[in-house]
Amino acid sequence: MALAVSFAVDRAKTLKALAVGWKRFRRVLPMLVVLVMLTALVLGFISQEMIIAALSGAGFQAKAVGAAMLGSVTAIPGFVAFPLAGILVEQGVSYTVIASFTTTLMMVGFVSFPLERSFLGARVALVRNMAGFVIALAVAFAVGLAFGEFAA
Amino acid sequence: MNVGKVASGLFVPGFFCFVALSYRYGFTPGVRTAESALSFVKEMAGILPPAFVLVGLFEAWVKRETVEKHLGRGSGIRGYLWALVLAGSMVGGIYVALPLCYSLQKKGASLGVLFMFLNAAAVCRIPMTLFEMSFLGFRFTAVRYLVSLPLLALTAWLMDHYLTPKGYRIAEGTR
Repeated sequence: MALAVSFAVDRAKTLKALAVGWKRFRRVLPMLVVLVMLTALVLGFISQEMIIAALSGAGFQAKAVGAAMLGSVTAIPGFVAFPLAGILVEQGVSYTVIASFTTTLMMVGFVSFPLERSFLGARVALVRNMAGFVIALAVAFAVGLAFGEFAA
Repeated sequence: MNVGKVASGLFVPGFFCFVALSYRYGFTPGVRTAESALSFVKEMAGILPPAFVLVGLFEAWVKRETVEKHLGRGSGIRGYLWALVLAGSMVGGIYVALPLCYSLQKKGASLGVLFMFLNAAAVCRIPMTLFEMSFLGFRFTAVRYLVSLPLLALTAWLMDHYLTPKGYRIAEGTR
């Protein structure tokens, strides 16, 4: 729709916009292909049952750190991850562990590292991901406090 | 650089060989890999064209002064808030956020705002948040926001102050 309006107002500028959009796309494409393939491999080898098995059970402080690592290496899109988190809640997995898992899923990505590196450089991409990991642990801790899980 | 090129040059054909062999011999993880790759490609086919048309339109129409004023150096807290709003309303993942960062940088956005946008795009896209709340409840999401957003802003601010004096720039992606 925006495209149609833009065309009506200024044809030449719109064509330029399309060219720019295409150029930006071409610059992500190679690493995006790698990203899709890595994500697919992770989803292929790590099944939901494995994640549920790994995260349920006792000893949740250590599990929270383990969950953060698991969340970092795996990359699961939101529409799969949150229903999975719902299942984890039903299985009695603590919110602390779930927070640690879903937050690292969102913020830390081994599979998206090649893509990030192509834009940000290896060092900045690494720092950004490590900061995400630390923040995820902080979130998990706060969630644990909020749900009163540390008292037990 | 060269090592990376060789690695990805082997990786892509290797992936296809792996998938083909998995189908041939009925290797379940491999078949599952192919299925999830296909579902991603389908999902992205819907997201990518409109997203990159919008990136192009943004670069063509939005004036440099506008970006500089609201997202540039000296935009202060308001720049970070704008980054949050932009990130919340964004579609797609980091593969859209990064090119958009490059475009914003070209128009004069500050590094702090860009990193805030990039971080926030990961944690608080609105559709994703609604989905999260429906499965994990409001309290969970609220705590996550309250803790992560200030820390993300702090990280972005620190990276800005460390990297800007060094003349750091976000690159355009793979050549």
